[in-house]
Amino acid sequence: MIVYAAAFYVFAAMAIASGAMVIASRNPVHSVLFLILAFFNAAGLFVLMGAEFLAMILVIVYVGAVAVLFLFVVMMLDINFAELRQGFLQYLPIGGLVGLILLVELLFVAGTWVFAPEAGQIVSDRPSGSGGTTNAHAIGLVLYTKYAYPFQLAGLVLLVAMIGAIVLTFRSRDGVRRQRVADQLARGPESAVELRKVKSGEGV
Amino acid sequence: MTAFSMTDLATVAPEIFLAVLGLALLMAGVFRGDRASGWISWAVVAGFAAAAGLVWQGGGARALAFDGLYVSDAFSLFMKQLTLLGSGLALVLSIRFNDREGIARIEYPVLFLFATLGMMTMISANDLLVLYVGLELQSLCLYVVAAYRRDSVRSTEAGLKYFVLGALSSGMLLYGVSLIYGYTGTTRFDVLVEQVAGHGAPALGLVVGLVFLISGLAFKVSAVPFHMWTPDVYEGAPTPVTAFFAAAPKVAALALFARVLVGAFGPLVEQWSQIIVFLSIASMALGAFAAVGQTNIKRLMAYSSIGHMGYVLIGLAAGNVSGLRGLLIYTAIYVVMGIGTFACILCMRRQGRTVEAIADLAGLARTHPMVAFALAIFMFSMSGIPPLAGFFGKFYVFMSAIEAGLYVLAVLGVLSSVVAAFYYLRIVKVMYFDEPDAVLDRPIGGTLAVVLAGTSTFTLLFFLAPGPLLARAQAAAAALIGG
Repeated sequence: MIVYAAAFYVFAAMAIASGAMVIASRNPVHSVLFLILAFFNAAGLFVLMGAEFLAMILVIVYVGAVAVLFLFVVMMLDINFAELRQGFLQYLPIGGLVGLILLVELLFVAGTWVFAPEAGQIVSDRPSGSGGTTNAHAIGLVLYTKYAYPFQLAGLVLLVAMIGAIVLTFRSRDGVRRQRVADQLARGPESAVELRKVKSGEGV
Repeated sequence: MTAFSMTDLATVAPEIFLAVLGLALLMAGVFRGDRASGWISWAVVAGFAAAAGLVWQGGGARALAFDGLYVSDAFSLFMKQLTLLGSGLALVLSIRFNDREGIARIEYPVLFLFATLGMMTMISANDLLVLYVGLELQSLCLYVVAAYRRDSVRSTEAGLKYFVLGALSSGMLLYGVSLIYGYTGTTRFDVLVEQVAGHGAPALGLVVGLVFLISGLAFKVSAVPFHMWTPDVYEGAPTPVTAFFAAAPKVAALALFARVLVGAFGPLVEQWSQIIVFLSIASMALGAFAAVGQTNIKRLMAYSSIGHMGYVLIGLAAGNVSGLRGLLIYTAIYVVMGIGTFACILCMRRQGRTVEAIADLAGLARTHPMVAFALAIFMFSMSGIPPLAGFFGKFYVFMSAIEAGLYVLAVLGVLSSVVAAFYYLRIVKVMYFDEPDAVLDRPIGGTLAVVLAGTSTFTLLFFLAPGPLLARAQAAAAALIGG
C-alpha cells in the first residue's frame, strides 16, 4: 500500500510540475517535451486506478500522435516566440486576477464535495484484470451497444475534420510534374527506343 | 447492455438518411470533380426537404432511442424543420454566388449537410455526451465554411477567430459537463431532472457546472458577453455563409439552450433564470447601441443578430410555456427574415463585384424597386413594426415576460427595440431618399428572386394566418415543459 501511495504522489507531483513547466519554459520545444512528460504521468495515474486501457490509449494517441505533431509544428514553423510573448506581462495582472477568482470559486466547490456512501463500493467493484472482464472488453461492451450512436457521430466528426483539412489546404497548382501511370503504361518501345545500326569502328 | 433495435433506427431515420446521403454525395463529388458542385448542392437541398418529410412522418409523439441518448418529440419536430428550412435556403442562396465568384467546390454543400446533421443531433440530444458530439460536428463544419474563401485574408481570419474562440467555449462547456456529471452521476437529461428535483438545495458544484454549461451555449448563440467573434466572423465569411450562420446554428443552439435549461435543469429555474436575464439585457443593449455606428451591412446584421438573440432569451428567462412558445415563434420568424435580408445583401453587386457598405444601397428604390421594397419590409419587420411578422415575435416574447412577472426585462426590451429601430429605419431612408451614385447590377438571378419573394411574402402576410405556426409552437413548448 505504501508503494501504491508513493507511486501516486510521485506521478501526481510530476504531472503538476511538468504542467507548470509547459507554460513556464522559454523554449517552445522544451514546452512540448514537458507536455509529453505530463501525459506520461497522467497515464501512470490511470494505471494506478486500474484503467490500464485508457493509460495505453493516452500514451499512444497523445504522446504518439498529438504531441509529436505539436513538436513538428513548433520546430518547422518559424515563429518568433519572444515576440509573441511581448504582451504577456501586460495582460498578466488581469489574467492572474481572473484565474485567482476562478481558483477560489473552485476551492469553495471542492469544499462542499461529499462522497456518496456507495462510492467506495463502486470503486472496489470495478472490472480488474484478474478474473472478470478486462478494461478493453468492458469499454467495448458499452461502446458498440449502448453508446453506438455517439460513437458513430464521433466518426462523422473525424470525417468532417478530414474534409475540412482538404478544403482548406489542398489546391491544384500549375507547373507541377505529376506521375501519370496511364501515360507510362501506354508508352511502347516504338516511341521510347530507337534502334540504329552502328558501323563497327565509327561510333555514333 | 442490450444492443440497439430496429425501432431505435427507425426513430433516428432522418439523421441516418442525411448521414448516408452525405457520404454518397461526397463519393459522387470526388469522382465527378468540382463541376458537379451545382447538382450536388441541389441534391443536398432535396435531401433537406426529404429529411424534413421524414421528421414530419416521425410525428410529435415523445420517443426515446438508443437507451435514452436520443429524444424525438414535438419540440424537436418544430426545431428540426426550422433548421432544415434555414440551411436549405442558405444553400440555395450560395449556389449562384459560388459560381460567380469561382469558388464552387463539391465539399461546400457536403459541409452544409454535415453541419445540419450536427444541428439535428443537438436538437434531439437527451444526453450531455450527445449534446457535445453534435455541437462539435456542427461547429467543425462552420469553422471550415467560414474560412472557405481561403484566398481572402478576412475569410481566413474569420475562420481562425471562430475556431479559437469556439474551442475555448467547447472547453468551458466540457468543464461544466464534467462538474455536472461529478455531482449528479448521470449525463442523461431525464435522469438529471429527477436528480435535481429530488434534493433540497442544489450542490454548489452542480450550479458552477451549470454556469459553465450556459457560458458555452451562450457563445454559440452569440449572447453578450460571449459575442466578440460575431461581427468579425459575419463580416469576413462569404455572404451566403453568413446567411447560414445567422439562420440555422442559432436555431439549433437555442433549441439546446431550451432543452438543457427547461428540460434538464427545470427545477433550478431560480439559479439559471438570473443568468439568462442578464445575458438577455446585455445582448439587447449591445445589439441596439453598437450597431448604430456601423457602415458595413454584414457587420450591422451581426449586431442585429446579437440583439435578436437578446429578445429570444427573454422567452427563455420567463421559463413557462408561453415564454417557450414566444421563443419558438420569434426564432421561426427571425430565420425567415434573416435569410430574406441576406438575399437582399447578395443582390448588392456592382460590375460583377460584391459591395457591402450601407452607402451602396443609396437610391436602391429607383434602380431596384422590388429589392428595395423587400429589404424595407425586412427592416420594418426586424424593428417590430405591426402588422409585419417581426412584431408578433416580439409581442409574444414580451407578453410571456409580463406573465412571468419580469416587468423590468419587458420594459428594457421595448426600449432597446426603439433604439434598434433607428438603424433599421436608416437603411430604409438610405434606399428611398438618398441619391444613387452608382447603379447596382441587374438582373439579380432567378433563385434569389424566388427566395426574396417567398420570404418577403411570409413576413408581409404573416398576420393573416398566424394560427398554424402558433399552434405548432404551442404544442412544441408544451412537449418540452411537460416531458
